[in-house]
Amino acid sequence: MDDSLLEKREGTVDNENELTTWVEYWLGEELVHRSAHVTLKKMPNFAGGDTASF
Amino acid sequence: MANTQSMATSFLGELMTATHNFGASPIRAASTADTFKAALYLASATVNAATTVYSTTGEVTGTNYTAGGVTITNATAPTSTNSSATAGVGYWTPSASFVYTTVTLSTAFDCVLVYNSTQSNKAVSVHTFGSQTITAGTFTLTMPSNTTTTALLRLATT
Repeated sequence: MDDSLLEKREGTVDNENELTTWVEYWLGEELVHRSAHVTLKKMPNFAGGDTASF
Repeated sequence: MANTQSMATSFLGELMTATHNFGASPIRAASTADTFKAALYLASATVNAATTVYSTTGEVTGTNYTAGGVTITNATAPTSTNSSATAGVGYWTPSASFVYTTVTLSTAFDCVLVYNSTQSNKAVSVHTFGSQTITAGTFTLTMPSNTTTTALLRLATT
């Protein structure tokens, strides 16, 4: 494949949950490659524990 | 000095290493860490807090993706830290990214299930992200920093 025929497209999503970057290569109307890299930023607490009062 | 009612913060970390067992099972035959895996799920799937075990239902399928997902690198043991006299956090984060190499996943997916393949594939946690597809490429899921406020798994007292 002649790489010069490929069109590169890139994008980024950045919010409080994730930073995502992606790259695509198109050959005309055909998507021939797409990769994505998601970085998780912050997860919610999975528990809010406490002890009983007497 | 005064006494302060609290759950021991060390207990939070020890929950993650199965140090305490309030029930009758499981009997742990090994003192080594279990093997954990990460499976991807379609955006149309229903994976949530009610998920108890890994299932192929709703899991992504495609070239070079193996059902069950990838094995998680776990080189850092859980940690627990006091944030005050009454509060603490036990936390753990995988020590490497989840990488799905040279895959084609044509149907949109937006979720990864972390589960324990040593303990009958029991579910650990569900993490969502923006919907993705992959075409002859690599999907990488990089972990957050392993801190009290950002770790992938955090058990906290308040």
